[in-house]
Amino acid sequence: MDKAKLLDLYYQMVLIRRLEERGAELYQAGKIGGFMHLYIGQEAVSTGLIAARQPQDRVITAYRDHGVAINCGIPANQVMAELMGKATGISQGRGGSMHMADVTRNFWGGHAIVGAHMPLAAGLALGDKYAGRDGVTICMFGEGATNIGYFHEALNLSKVWTLPVLWVCENNMYGMGTTVERASAVSEIQQKAEGYGMAHERVDGMDVLAIYEAAKKAIETVRSGSGPRMLEIMTYRFRGHSMGDPERYRKQEEVKKWEEHDPIGVFHAYLTGNKKATTKALEEIETRAKADVQKAVEFAEASPEPGLDTLFDHVYVEEV
Amino acid sequence: MARITMREAISQAMWEEMERDPNVFILGEEVGVWGGSYAVTKGFYDHFGGERVRDTPIAEAAIIGAAIGSAMTGLRPIAELMTINFAFSAMDHIVNQAAKLHYMFGGQFVLPLVIRAVGGGGRQLGATHSQTPDAIFAHFPGLKVISPGTPADAKGLLKAAIRSNDPVLFIENATMYQVRGEVPDGDYVVPIGKSTIQRPGKDVTIVTYSKGLEISMKAAEELAKDGIEAEIVDLRSLRPLDMGPVIESFKKTNRAVIVEEGWKSYGVGAEVSSRIYEQAFDYVDAPVVRVAQKEVPLPYNRTLEQSALPQPADVVAAVREVL
Ligand SMILES: Cc1ncc(C[n+]2csc(CCOP(=O)(O)OP(=O)(O)O)c2C)c(N)n1
Repeated sequence: MDKAKLLDLYYQMVLIRRLEERGAELYQAGKIGGFMHLYIGQEAVSTGLIAARQPQDRVITAYRDHGVAINCGIPANQVMAELMGKATGISQGRGGSMHMADVTRNFWGGHAIVGAHMPLAAGLALGDKYAGRDGVTICMFGEGATNIGYFHEALNLSKVWTLPVLWVCENNMYGMGTTVERASAVSEIQQKAEGYGMAHERVDGMDVLAIYEAAKKAIETVRSGSGPRMLEIMTYRFRGHSMGDPERYRKQEEVKKWEEHDPIGVFHAYLTGNKKATTKALEEIETRAKADVQKAVEFAEASPEPGLDTLFDHVYVEEV
Repeated sequence: MARITMREAISQAMWEEMERDPNVFILGEEVGVWGGSYAVTKGFYDHFGGERVRDTPIAEAAIIGAAIGSAMTGLRPIAELMTINFAFSAMDHIVNQAAKLHYMFGGQFVLPLVIRAVGGGGRQLGATHSQTPDAIFAHFPGLKVISPGTPADAKGLLKAAIRSNDPVLFIENATMYQVRGEVPDGDYVVPIGKSTIQRPGKDVTIVTYSKGLEISMKAAEELAKDGIEAEIVDLRSLRPLDMGPVIESFKKTNRAVIVEEGWKSYGVGAEVSSRIYEQAFDYVDAPVVRVAQKEVPLPYNRTLEQSALPQPADVVAAVREVL
């Protein structure tokens, strides 16, 4: 990967982190409402994954979607405006934190019903295959979501129909407060791919380049027509499940231990250690990301609320 | 008598029933170690243990299906759906299994099952997490559907549900967990299928339940300032539906407004108004008016969302319309 691209990945990860930190403050201040799930700790996953896709490849994920939105190229302004429910938000203030999407950037949403987007991913891939396009659908989900029927139905269908899907499990070891061991018959989620005759691989989720490499290989293999595959990416969320999680189910020492493997810190060490970037250059990126977040907040604050007369827009495509 | 919250009342009902009957147990997502995502089962796991307060995987169909199966062996499960929106992921088990098995096998299977589910909008959770789909569940014969509007009813009705030998869907509203009210101590049971007058009046009958009760009470206070006395009937049970107090009140006031949080089309208001026309046509002095949610999936934006939800002012306006 060339230097410019490496630095861009670093910028994306820092931007997600700073944007969410500000988001958390704005949530406490009552400017963001609803459920908000932070991606802090997991930034390397979507950053590495989405860096490995081609423009024709679709991305679909669950409600923990701010990072994915940024990586897919949605400007921070529109992400922040959506968080604040403004008309300029990417979903025009209708979706909020859990429901961002940008069809023009091949990002097919943020979905809040656990597992429900997985059959949709199979359908997106079917659309491409049917039309003879060479796009791959990248479907991200938590390990907790692999216990619901939707997951199993979608994986089976994708294999039976040889659909171009890359299934990506973000194993952060907890579904809300339930550990993977307490909820899943096998805690190594990739084993579930075996049952559907699918190739699979486990990847270190704190190493953005490892994720990029694994994803690149997997996406191109899927594109070649060999059918769906699965990646299980081992990661950890540093914050609560959503805002207002009392976190009674885990010890703070465990969180601290994982924070030592902060994906941004790991990447920083790689970049400076391998002379890919100077500390100063990375500081500049930090400053730029902070400024972009500040601009995004200002943009969102200054944006109008959706008008009351727009309430019924988009209930149907056609006049009813 | 103690003045406690709706949350405490629901919790108390389950706690007392679990103490009373070892066959009563709880299953659901985050009901144990977490203490319930709305803290309704806080402390249960430590007291009753993991065998009786069972954290489940995220698998709604398995939660309801396993609850049904265990109920058929004589256990009395309380299955918690984290929110009623996730009931759709278990719809076959609720509709094709729970509501039908007793009848379809000639009464052989008995399903003493409670499904607790919290619903309602107004918290900026977006379209999939804000629904009040109560009416669709009340559509199915074989299910009992109840939804309390006060802490006392929450305790009494939930106890009745746990003791019922039929499957019962018990619907809570997330914005009402902090509502306080007087609740009788100890063994207080409210029979399922009995409507009740929550506020006496003579000028108009407001028929409602759950969140609608709160909205209607506020509206009634407003109306009282102008000397209009609304009588409020709380349905409490949607199925079986007790029209007795509604018809009695209507025969006195000759005017009715029906208030529900869910969508108007094919809703509770449609059912109740139709029954008023069927049972008390000669007493009708004005068309029955329904107040309900606007016909739109609820948006995230707070102002938009509030504009789609029924408000006390809408009830006041509806009452003025029928007077
Ligand atoms: C069908 C359904 N059931 C329950 C929920 C509530 N819920 C939201 S997130 C979540 C945990 C999901 O865990 P996981 O899939 O591991 O993803 P993570 O949150 O760790 O990213 C639950 C239970 C839901 N949104 N949808």
